[in-house]
Amino acid sequence: MTGVIGLPAHVPELGEDRGGPATPLLAVSGLIKHFGKRGGFLSKAGAVVRAVDGVSFDVAKGETLGIVGESGCGKSTVARLIMQIIKPDAGELLFDGEAVGSAELDIRSFRKQVQMIFQDSYASLNPRLTVEDTVAFGPRVHGASRAQSITLAHDLLHRVGLEPGRFAGRYPHEISGGQRQRVNIARGLALNPRLLILDEAVSALDKSVEAQVLNLLLDLKAEFGLTYIFISHDLNVVRFMSDRVMVMYLGKVAEVGPADAVFSKPGHPYTEALLASMPSMDPDNRTQEAPITGDPPNPINPPPGCRFHTRCKYAADVCKVDEPLLYGVGDMHLAACHIANPASGHPLATQAKVAA
Amino acid sequence: MNGAGPIVDVKQLTVDFATGGGASVRAVAGVDLTLKPGETLALLGESGSGKSVTLRALMRLHPKSARFGGSVNVDGRDILAMPAGDLARYRGKIVSMIFQDPGLALDPVYRVGDQIAEAVMRHEGISRAEARKRALGLFERVRIPSPDRRLDNYPHEMSGGMRQRAMIALALACRPKVLLADEPTTALDATVQIQVLLLLRELQRELGLAVIFVTHDIGVAVEVADRIAVMYGGRIVETGPCADVIRNAAHPYTLGLLASRTGHGAAKGSRLVTIPGSPPDLTNLPPGCSFSPRCPRAIEACRQIVPPLVVTGPGHAAACIRVDAASVALSA
Repeated sequence: MTGVIGLPAHVPELGEDRGGPATPLLAVSGLIKHFGKRGGFLSKAGAVVRAVDGVSFDVAKGETLGIVGESGCGKSTVARLIMQIIKPDAGELLFDGEAVGSAELDIRSFRKQVQMIFQDSYASLNPRLTVEDTVAFGPRVHGASRAQSITLAHDLLHRVGLEPGRFAGRYPHEISGGQRQRVNIARGLALNPRLLILDEAVSALDKSVEAQVLNLLLDLKAEFGLTYIFISHDLNVVRFMSDRVMVMYLGKVAEVGPADAVFSKPGHPYTEALLASMPSMDPDNRTQEAPITGDPPNPINPPPGCRFHTRCKYAADVCKVDEPLLYGVGDMHLAACHIANPASGHPLATQAKVAA
Repeated sequence: MNGAGPIVDVKQLTVDFATGGGASVRAVAGVDLTLKPGETLALLGESGSGKSVTLRALMRLHPKSARFGGSVNVDGRDILAMPAGDLARYRGKIVSMIFQDPGLALDPVYRVGDQIAEAVMRHEGISRAEARKRALGLFERVRIPSPDRRLDNYPHEMSGGMRQRAMIALALACRPKVLLADEPTTALDATVQIQVLLLLRELQRELGLAVIFVTHDIGVAVEVADRIAVMYGGRIVETGPCADVIRNAAHPYTLGLLASRTGHGAAKGSRLVTIPGSPPDLTNLPPGCSFSPRCPRAIEACRQIVPPLVVTGPGHAAACIRVDAASVALSA
């Protein structure tokens, strides 16, 4: 599983499988993050942004979990909470069966195994470090010698498609956006992580370059036995990359399931609307009607009941009052919609939507 | 809105920017385009392809250091030779523009309704009350809920989608003939993007606007455009009716863009077809066809001359000397 890129022996048991294949690599439960609790200068007193409001999910070893949703749905906050860049208000993270931050797995060893790639390839690089120093920095901090870390950096640069001979000595402003994102990926791999969180990692790239980077990510995943959390607003890209997909809306999970099932038989009206909002690509069959109206509501004081009911074409009285839990709509496929729960009292719930 | 003559006629437009030390960069290198009244053209291209610079040339929204070549004619006026006073009367009245980020395009310290009213009063010399009435009508037109109340909002009090609707209302305030749209939906969420695209399509049809729509997203272009012009390295490399360009793309760059898309037919786990390399550096364009270093069909001759547009079908042309080469070559 590990050691392909040959970080010398100073990461022995850390990157290895512990819980066995059945244990999720990452188990997130009850994650909550509210911002602005104290009502600082300029913010309305008591206004709370419920950025992430009770999110639970697992990421299995070797899979790619896609997270989609619109701005303000909390997908990037989830990523930052996992990375421990910000502290959750509540919730637990288990990494390969061990609680993150516990005696068995302190934050430092956890971070070594989990790396994140951001959308803005330029802002995430130190402008005063050359490409090779950027990639070698992590291993240096974690104890590798200068020579070892530079060798490793060259190895990785070669692996992400940047010839070390041409690129190693360049600075971030001297290379293109696609090349910068490759540097970020190489840096992310330098500590031999097991989980890579890609937060809109290809969104800022030109389309012709995006495909190259997606291919690279697929290759690296196979080569290094990586697990990905792939966050994007681009449904096509998420479908292509992901084994499972989680759809978020206003800080909550709206739907989660195998990628093909979510895209072909969406269980949540929001997912349905998202899919229908994609441009048709058929000049003779253009979209005639917007699937939903209005913007996503503000995560400050989100609507009561089901958070989507203000924009949902199936909304009934129960949706305004009761918050739906995640109900099964198919194999490994859950949706937070009263229609999926026969006991909810939603007028459409009795119909055949309750698939096996 | 009469006649078959073009309302926009751009010939051999070049735009150069000084980059300091006497050097300059050619962002647009000889663009021809025409637009009939009531027609929607999508300018499709990646960053640095020159699509936005071309669009801005139609309103001369460039820094003073920009040097133009060729000609830009809009509604019978020579834009490149226009004096400043005429330019102020022309902008907003004949041609107006909407931008990617309405948060930056609207003035944060004035109420949105006042900004619209100001534009109408300035151009048409009507009273404030009349202008406000016009603004209200426009807000209804772009379907902003509770329009009367929303006129008194400051931009920051509106959501992203609503701000974009407000900017469209502002752009249409003086009933222009040509609307220029620079990635107007790129910053919006998917469910909001489609609403704004449909609104623009509806307004275009009802008001008979000529629209030039700049985008990097083929899907968006297909939703709105009658014709598509694909730009690369400061030139138009392919142009034609929307359906024709999508289904019978002739230029290897267009073919590559279409092939590298995820989603449509790209099986999970398979690798994507890609265009190798990166978009060209405008300060250091390759000789000949600027796509040649990335092109699977390139031959020696491609590096010698800048290929002219070759007609490949009715109204459809591609700037490639290898258009006859089997278009399947790219999938190899």
